[in-house]
Amino acid sequence: MRIRTAGVVALFALALAASGCGGDSDEPAANESPKAAGGKLVIWADDKRTAALKPFADEFGKENGVTVEVQAVSKDLQTNFVTASQQGSGPDVVVGAHDWIGNLVQNGAIDPVQLPAEQKSGFNETAVKAVTFNGQLYGVPYATENVALIRNTELAPDAPKTIEDLVAAGKKLKADKKASEILCLQSGQNGDSYHIYPLYTSGGGYLFGTSANGDYDPKDLGVGKPESIAAFQKIAKLGEKGDGALKRSITPENAISTFTSKKCAYLVSGPWAVADAKKANISYDISPVPGFAGGKEAQPFVGVQAFYVASKGKNKALAQEFVTNYVTKPELAVALYKAEPRPPALTAAFDQVKGEDQDLAKFSEAGKNGHVLPAIPAMAAIWDPFGKAEAAIIGGADPATTITAAGKTIQGQIK
Amino acid sequence: MSAPLSGPGSTRTPGREPVRPGLSRTARHHAPITATGLVGKVILLGLVAGIAIWAAFPLIEAEHWIGLGILAATTAGLYYLYLSRRHIPAKYLVPGTLFLIAFQVVPVLYTASTAFTNFGDGHRGSKDDAIVAIQTASVKQVPGSTEYALTVATDGDPATGALVFLLTDPKTKEVFAGDADGLRKLDAADVTVSSLSGKITAADGYTVLNIGQASGRSDAVTALIVPTDDGAIRSNGLTRAYEGKAARAYDEACDCVRDSETGRTWTADEESGSFVAADGERLAQGWKVDVGLKNFSTVLTDPNISGPFFGTLAWNFAFAIASTGLTFLLGMAIALALHSPRMKGTNFYRVLLILPYAMPSFAMLLIWRDMFNTDFGLLNNLFGLNVDWFGGTWSARIAVVLVQLWLGYPYMFLVATGALQAIPRELTEATSVDGASPWQSFRAVTLPLLLVALSPLLIASFAFNFNNVNAILFTTEGGPFAPDNPTNGATDLLITYTYRLAFGAQGAEFGLAATVSIFIFAIVATVSAISFRRTRKQEEVYS
Repeated sequence: MRIRTAGVVALFALALAASGCGGDSDEPAANESPKAAGGKLVIWADDKRTAALKPFADEFGKENGVTVEVQAVSKDLQTNFVTASQQGSGPDVVVGAHDWIGNLVQNGAIDPVQLPAEQKSGFNETAVKAVTFNGQLYGVPYATENVALIRNTELAPDAPKTIEDLVAAGKKLKADKKASEILCLQSGQNGDSYHIYPLYTSGGGYLFGTSANGDYDPKDLGVGKPESIAAFQKIAKLGEKGDGALKRSITPENAISTFTSKKCAYLVSGPWAVADAKKANISYDISPVPGFAGGKEAQPFVGVQAFYVASKGKNKALAQEFVTNYVTKPELAVALYKAEPRPPALTAAFDQVKGEDQDLAKFSEAGKNGHVLPAIPAMAAIWDPFGKAEAAIIGGADPATTITAAGKTIQGQIK
Repeated sequence: MSAPLSGPGSTRTPGREPVRPGLSRTARHHAPITATGLVGKVILLGLVAGIAIWAAFPLIEAEHWIGLGILAATTAGLYYLYLSRRHIPAKYLVPGTLFLIAFQVVPVLYTASTAFTNFGDGHRGSKDDAIVAIQTASVKQVPGSTEYALTVATDGDPATGALVFLLTDPKTKEVFAGDADGLRKLDAADVTVSSLSGKITAADGYTVLNIGQASGRSDAVTALIVPTDDGAIRSNGLTRAYEGKAARAYDEACDCVRDSETGRTWTADEESGSFVAADGERLAQGWKVDVGLKNFSTVLTDPNISGPFFGTLAWNFAFAIASTGLTFLLGMAIALALHSPRMKGTNFYRVLLILPYAMPSFAMLLIWRDMFNTDFGLLNNLFGLNVDWFGGTWSARIAVVLVQLWLGYPYMFLVATGALQAIPRELTEATSVDGASPWQSFRAVTLPLLLVALSPLLIASFAFNFNNVNAILFTTEGGPFAPDNPTNGATDLLITYTYRLAFGAQGAEFGLAATVSIFIFAIVATVSAISFRRTRKQEEVYS
């Protein structure tokens, strides 16, 4: 019997030890200093932003006697956030793109943010509009982004005025064997709605109409309407059966590298491509994406990166404090810009970095007339069918039937 | 303690165990108690206790008493089982059974129960969650109201005292104290106001909390609402407060949400799990409800789903059979070639053949995807082709099967090699003595014996390929898609189609995806059951 008793005693000791390991590690820290009696702020961001946020988070923590943890979520940040928040294990603050808002709101994952008028006016107007949903401000924006035309100035010294000019210049380069592709605009076999959007708008197409208050109206779907068919008929002429400027073989994986290896003179991409172009030592210039001759202006999507307060965060008051009073500082916006160069949404920060970085001003110029990426939940229904229709049309499918079918599918998915 | 230590209990040796009259009723195979065994037992049971305690805290916090009960019962059961000397077979069976329940039965049951709900984006939580979200989302600042500088203070002890908001009006410099009873003006002489931030830094009768202390009581700060005539003063962070008003409120009497600004009402619809207005407009925040067999009828009758479903099913079978069959044929052919005694340098070939097997398949799949690129891909460039591999229905299907063949044949080669070694050479030699050709001896002797050994593996491989998400998602992503049907591609398997349904760009629809999973489960289970039955018959013939 003795062995068994000894075993049981040992077991309990072990169990206690084990539970000690897995237990609440905050407690001893809380007793160390009365200043650190405060809570813990947990921030989720993607890899690149995490590194930039860390020093500021530490500073905020030190200033206020709280612990701030910045956690990198490298994949599917949005879905992970929604799931974690549902289970009560989510962060207090999350950093992400503004077009998540519709989904995050319908899942009750984020709270509106109250910014006083004078703080709001410090931001780029488009950025504020982007994070406004149902008349409420849902996040504090810190950077904007949009696509532009990046061209290799060695191969193409002049910025094309129209897409026809671009195609003509590209064809000439191809004939002279200086380049193998006319244009690097990523599509892939499943299309890419984001990158084709400037051409779509130039052709006259629209995704959603706007209601009286300026919000996108999910009831007025533009895909499948005559305007969208007309736009895709123009796009089809650039496709594989036409000029060959748009190709499904140019994918998200190879578009930038094809440009940096000088196989094409023109690339339609965002600020994230600039780092690669610099690394490859390409002399480049940035100009707005050109539209069709005689068509409308080519308007790219404008996306905004923002900080959100999680509804189910454990430390909401602190999260609000961080997001409304700390994120609105230009220093943080500049640091985040340095981590990944996208134009800051804070006017003061933008002006500060604009001088040192010409590209930034050019990107911002290219996005001046852009459309704010719709954040309504209905937008989720667009991406997949729209992109696939785009790919099919580039590959030579009939624009009218394809885009009508895509419109029907999208309509069916909008609840 | 020394006396009992020398007692019979402690000196009991393994050798004496069977002679004990009470326990000797059978020839029970008692393993002797060894020191290692005891230590192992202590560590494992300690782990059990550790895991139980670690899992108990969140359950208690969530007030999940049923879960806690199951946890306690399981732990107690495990302790009873491994501390007692009885129930020998159970000691072996229970761990496996527990893992089976935890990782197989529970997920299947969970999937099955999800299939009867509308779980998905916009319908994730409970009705209460939705109501809270709707109300919080409608809080707006009262137009023209004051933005106060806020200091969080308590009535006494910082950690336990009742919270009070000390507020300064930045324009008039008036100071107030607010709590759940309302707002009252403070005498400017009783407080110290920082000239820098305009915040109250000290006040008679109150303990001012620093941000760290205040954030430690975050929930209480967020919950404290100071009622005013126009709305209520709420904290905005820890240094500012605003006067806000919730435009939408839930009314239990009518089970509806009312908007005080526009006068609209949205009535709860328990069937769809959302608040719906008279004109059919829905509020975005819904909740999870049981929808009965709706998802099943959707899968079977919705032309957008059922049409593709059967088309995809056919291709799915073709893909699984082709992947399994071709890899088996190629693997076996190579194994046979290397099995031949006349073959030289077999070890070198074997190493070479196993190489593809040693690479992580997902990386290989991405590389293959790029190799099939029309303009930049290795395949077209190498052979001077201009095939739009992933653009055509059949070329894409051939491409994915080719990739599967390359990834899968080394495995089949390995198992076939193993099985071949187990077939005595005398058997084939005997057939050649009898005058059979190599082909005849292969057909009559080798192949049947191989199949007896490999059938279960082929069935497993079939089941795996039937649900091979990676093979499709990393290469064609289900494409190419017919121009008029963006939901279902030529190479889509049921599982990739389900994946897109559940996690696709159009938002998560877990309920529907779970329903499709159940269909897939039923199909795979049926196919496997039939195959195993046939295999058993075959074994009876040949053994």
